[in-house]
Amino acid sequence: MSVLDRLFTVQGTGQLLQLPFVQNALLAAAVLGLIAGLLAPLIVARGMAFAVHGTSELAFTGGAAALLIGIDVGLGAVGGAVAASLVFGVLGQRHRERDSVIGVVLAFGLGLGVLMLALYEGRSANRFGLLTGSIVSVDSTNLLVLAVCAALVLATFSLAYRPLLFSSADPEVAASHGVPVRALGVVFAVLIGLTTALAVPVVGAVLVLAVLVTPGAAAAQVTASPAVATVLAIVFAEIGLVGGTLLSLGPGLPISGYAATIIFLFYVGCRVVARSRRSPRAAALA
Amino acid sequence: MSLRGARMAFGDRVLWEGLDLDVQPGEFLAVLGPNGSGKTTLLKVLLGLLPLTTGSLQVAGAAVSRGSSRIGYIPQQTSADPGLTLRGCDLVGLGWDGHRMGVGLGRRERRRQRVEAALAAVGATEYARVPVGRLSGGELQRLRVAQALIGDPAVLLCDEPLLSLDLAHQRMISTLIDERRRTADSAVLFVTHEINPVLSLVDKVLYLVDGRFRIGTCAEVMTSEVLSELYRTEVDVFHVRDRIVVVGAEDCGGHHSPERIP
Repeated sequence: MSVLDRLFTVQGTGQLLQLPFVQNALLAAAVLGLIAGLLAPLIVARGMAFAVHGTSELAFTGGAAALLIGIDVGLGAVGGAVAASLVFGVLGQRHRERDSVIGVVLAFGLGLGVLMLALYEGRSANRFGLLTGSIVSVDSTNLLVLAVCAALVLATFSLAYRPLLFSSADPEVAASHGVPVRALGVVFAVLIGLTTALAVPVVGAVLVLAVLVTPGAAAAQVTASPAVATVLAIVFAEIGLVGGTLLSLGPGLPISGYAATIIFLFYVGCRVVARSRRSPRAAALA
Repeated sequence: MSLRGARMAFGDRVLWEGLDLDVQPGEFLAVLGPNGSGKTTLLKVLLGLLPLTTGSLQVAGAAVSRGSSRIGYIPQQTSADPGLTLRGCDLVGLGWDGHRMGVGLGRRERRRQRVEAALAAVGATEYARVPVGRLSGGELQRLRVAQALIGDPAVLLCDEPLLSLDLAHQRMISTLIDERRRTADSAVLFVTHEINPVLSLVDKVLYLVDGRFRIGTCAEVMTSEVLSELYRTEVDVFHVRDRIVVVGAEDCGGHHSPERIP
């Protein structure tokens, strides 16, 4: 019982909500939920879950490097993630090729990151925070970086959503219509990089997949409309991130576990809905 | 559409040269030949995705630019990922405005009308809201025709659109393409391994083999003499009822071995 009590308590949540760093974290979670929900359906359509994972590990490497040389961790994470996404975007356009490129770069980056963390002599909480995220790691610098990156993602989407969707869902015909499929692939990889870097301080490098892939995968279970899928993914990501942040306040535990669990439950729920919808037809065919 | 003195080479390897080709509005040109003879490359050139090594190309009186709206393209049938969040109506809609910038919130009513008309024209209204990944090859290929025709193209480029379809669907897709050129006077360039499904529609044939080619009517090109010369080996062409059977070119990926892997 004591573990459950510890996991679910709202004691002190009210007071915590008054604190600026908590408000920052909630704001960060809300902005992250919006852009992660926007990207997630296209990430799923392009089959880029592994690229997201690779990018997040490199964001971790960038953050570790920043810790070591004493600059802002958020900036380091953005640097690492964008560099990784550029490498993935330029080198690996074809599916199979991409997976091996990501595997190679990921392994190298992770190794470097571990080495740099071992060399770092500061507080160990800083180290752990990079991997699992923590509410105190969202500070005002992060918020500024977050705002700039979110603006970039939103601007790119409002400018190029249709060609992005076309080149993700139907690349061959998109190319025949003059859509610059290759260039958009690189642009999209950079968007993933930016969003990943923002997600790292909040949910940690290990759990970026939970916010960038799971909402899209859940939505794809229940709808085939790109617009509805995007709205649903945003709703799932927002509830997961903001709800997860609120739940984590009382117990003082990392956001990531709560957010990942909520979004995972959405995924399971969507699968159940999809199954119950499909079964009458399947029964009729049998 | 016209090609003049077109030459296409990758390094030392010349796919074709001295190619002069005209396709008039409403004309149906079949492009035949074994794998690797440059049929797909020809399509890419016509789409403006690859530049000619030398020579010139005009479509509807103007030089071709990448992504011209005067050209419609129907790809080979490939099945979509079952989890893809895209319905038939979305696929066709992307053919209408997927290349445009922006989110596409304006002029939705006009878009919806165009998409519905295009879907109805190929008889796909019924399954327009089913995820594309759950459709059969024939259903998907009908959507591909609608997707290519929605932009009202002057030239229709088809890259083996009948491949891996059953006979009924082969007939349906080729009829849809034929209707288009009759009603809207679109020129059709139809790349295929197998001439028989479209034999009755073909006005002209371009036969490509190893850098050699021949252009003419079906009766001029599909003869034992011409094909033996192109393949540089003994090839026999027989007419069996209303079909053409080519014997001797099989090993070069001829008519009866679609996509054979050597």
